[in-house]
Amino acid sequence: MTIIVCIKQVPARESHLRPAGGWVEEADLSYEINEPDAFALEEGLRLKEQHGGETVVLSAGPARVVQTIREALAKGADRAIHLEHENPRAFSPLETARFMADAIAGEKPDLVLTGLQSDDLGYGHTGVILAELLGLPHATIVMQVEVRDGALRVKRELEGGWFQHVEMPLPALLTIQSGIGALRYATLMGIKKARTKEIRRVPLEAGPGDAGFQVERVSLPARSKATRLFDGSPQEAAAQLVEKLKFEARVL
Amino acid sequence: MSILAVLEQRAGAWNRVSFETLAAAQQLGEELGREVSAAVAGAGLENLASELGGHRLGRGYAVDHPLLENYTADGYTLALGQLIERIKPFLVLFPHTYQARDFAPKLATRSGRVLLSDAIGHRVENGGLVMVRQFFQGKINADLRFAGEPPYFASLQAGAYRADRLAPGSCPVETFRPELEAAQIRTRPLEVFREAETTVDLGSAERIVSVGRGIREADNLPMVQKLAEALGAELAASRPICDNGWLPMERQVGSSGQTVSPKLYLAVGISGAIQHLVGMKGSKTIVAINKDPEAPIFEVADYGIVGDLFQVVPALVEELEKRK
Ligand SMILES: Cc1cc2nc3c(=O)[nH]c(=O)nc-3n(C[C@H](O)[C@H](O)[C@H](O)COP(=O)(O)OP(=O)(O)OC[C@H]3O[C@@H](n4cnc5c(N)ncnc54)[C@H](O)[C@@H]3O)c2cc1C
Ligand SMILES: Nc1ncnc2c1ncn2[C@@H]1O[C@H](COP(=O)(O)O)[C@@H](O)[C@H]1O
Repeated sequence: MTIIVCIKQVPARESHLRPAGGWVEEADLSYEINEPDAFALEEGLRLKEQHGGETVVLSAGPARVVQTIREALAKGADRAIHLEHENPRAFSPLETARFMADAIAGEKPDLVLTGLQSDDLGYGHTGVILAELLGLPHATIVMQVEVRDGALRVKRELEGGWFQHVEMPLPALLTIQSGIGALRYATLMGIKKARTKEIRRVPLEAGPGDAGFQVERVSLPARSKATRLFDGSPQEAAAQLVEKLKFEARVL
Repeated sequence: MSILAVLEQRAGAWNRVSFETLAAAQQLGEELGREVSAAVAGAGLENLASELGGHRLGRGYAVDHPLLENYTADGYTLALGQLIERIKPFLVLFPHTYQARDFAPKLATRSGRVLLSDAIGHRVENGGLVMVRQFFQGKINADLRFAGEPPYFASLQAGAYRADRLAPGSCPVETFRPELEAAQIRTRPLEVFREAETTVDLGSAERIVSVGRGIREADNLPMVQKLAEALGAELAASRPICDNGWLPMERQVGSSGQTVSPKLYLAVGISGAIQHLVGMKGSKTIVAINKDPEAPIFEVADYGIVGDLFQVVPALVEELEKRK
């Protein structure tokens, strides 16, 4: 099987974000793999181990995403495609997906995996758009994948603790939910090997077209609720909190 | 050009968030001076169709076809695509449910548009529509404007609009029969099911101490467990803790876990992503312990301590024990 895993590099989870220049200040951010994409990669590697073939990672973004690509190669991906995309925000999600779809179509994959949602933009739709552009059946929010006789059976998460199995033919696209399997670590050997693995660079030249929507203004969310904060030393804060819980909220 | 609300049903029962979307459509219709219609897809929709007729709308559409009996992305996209083709709406609204996540982006793509997903509100400025959504897991707000020609597509976050604002009335309901063939539907959905019975009932717990990724390692959990014991509380967690296998899934609170409303919900090292908040914001008293004063959890917290949980939690345990 040829399995493509789409991995996005996003600002590290505990980044402090400040509105600036129509978006957020990016100068001091550090980056990491989007969390659900790490699970999509894990599933892609597991399926390859089971069924043979290769796992190819694809990431669209500026030069910095090569770091995330290398980490995926170190974990066991066979090769990578880097869609060079210097100013990701100049593109709408549909255009980004178009660039990704063009690169993916040429690979004739059996399976395309994405995360269910990115931690930065949080659209939750790039995978579904890709499936439509590639003409593939899809399932979203997937928690389990079985490949049997050239077909797929997946377990989808629904709301409120419900699940559903869905079957479909290959090739197909799945958006993977966090927690689908335990994440592996890169081994020293893996890190060494990654240095020689292929990263195919695809420059993106086309300019932005139909944007879908434009970000007009960015701000920090206004706090609508007045939270009573306790300060002082941890002991002082703890004492005040317990006091309030007992005598004001009366929940102890 | 109307505003079309796409409502959700399963096995003949409405998904209640649909009514928030319907209320939002009515509100937008009024503010923008546009007619409002609503559609529901399925098979054998007579009952739902007559209920749809009990709302203040220009028109209702029952998109009815035997192949829509069970939800599939292919079936819904084809069927609703044909309806959109015919009525050429200005704006199509969905509730941001798991089902809408599964097909609405596909439907929008088919119309050459981009879904503006998970919106939390809107404003009408000089007759133009500004949608509000969050980025970076609730840490940043943004105003967005649709670009290009309609139809526009947007999905609305659960809780963003109030279903109790829904205006009653009546409207004609048309049965729309899409052209569908079995071969066009490539996925085969099977029964929905739940995992084995859970052994903890967080729903009836009076007090809950919930732990998030701020705890860093499984080895640090006993510290929070101690706090739960000192408070006579059940231990719960955010999703990453359960994803890592540090606590069983049945202790997860949020959209894909349990919904709880205890007297006291104490969140330790939890950022407050919307998928977590929906599961606990109905709690009577909410306390957050987080080192980041800007963590979205403080948006719903009644009391808070901004600080290092590794210092605050032991101090709390000590304080509680001192008072026993
Ligand atoms: C479809 C879908 C369904 C989901 N369902 C759920 C669900 O049911 N439940 C759920 O919880 N999530 C769910 N999620 C995931 C959700 O989006 C968040 O990723 C998750 O809730 C984050 O968990 P967290 O707050 O523990 O971690 P993080 O977001 O990483 O936050 C950790 C917090 O700990 C704080 N912290 C770190 N160190 C310390 C310290 N020493 N002292 C004090 N504070 C500290 C940080 O400031 C931060 O705010 C879902 C996501 C999707 C897309
Ligand atoms: N620039 C990108 N490069 C690679 N994959 C991406 C990119 N943007 C989005 N994706 C994939 O699409 C998923 C959903 O992203 P989003 O629609 O932004 O929530 C992510 O989890 C990734 O798997």
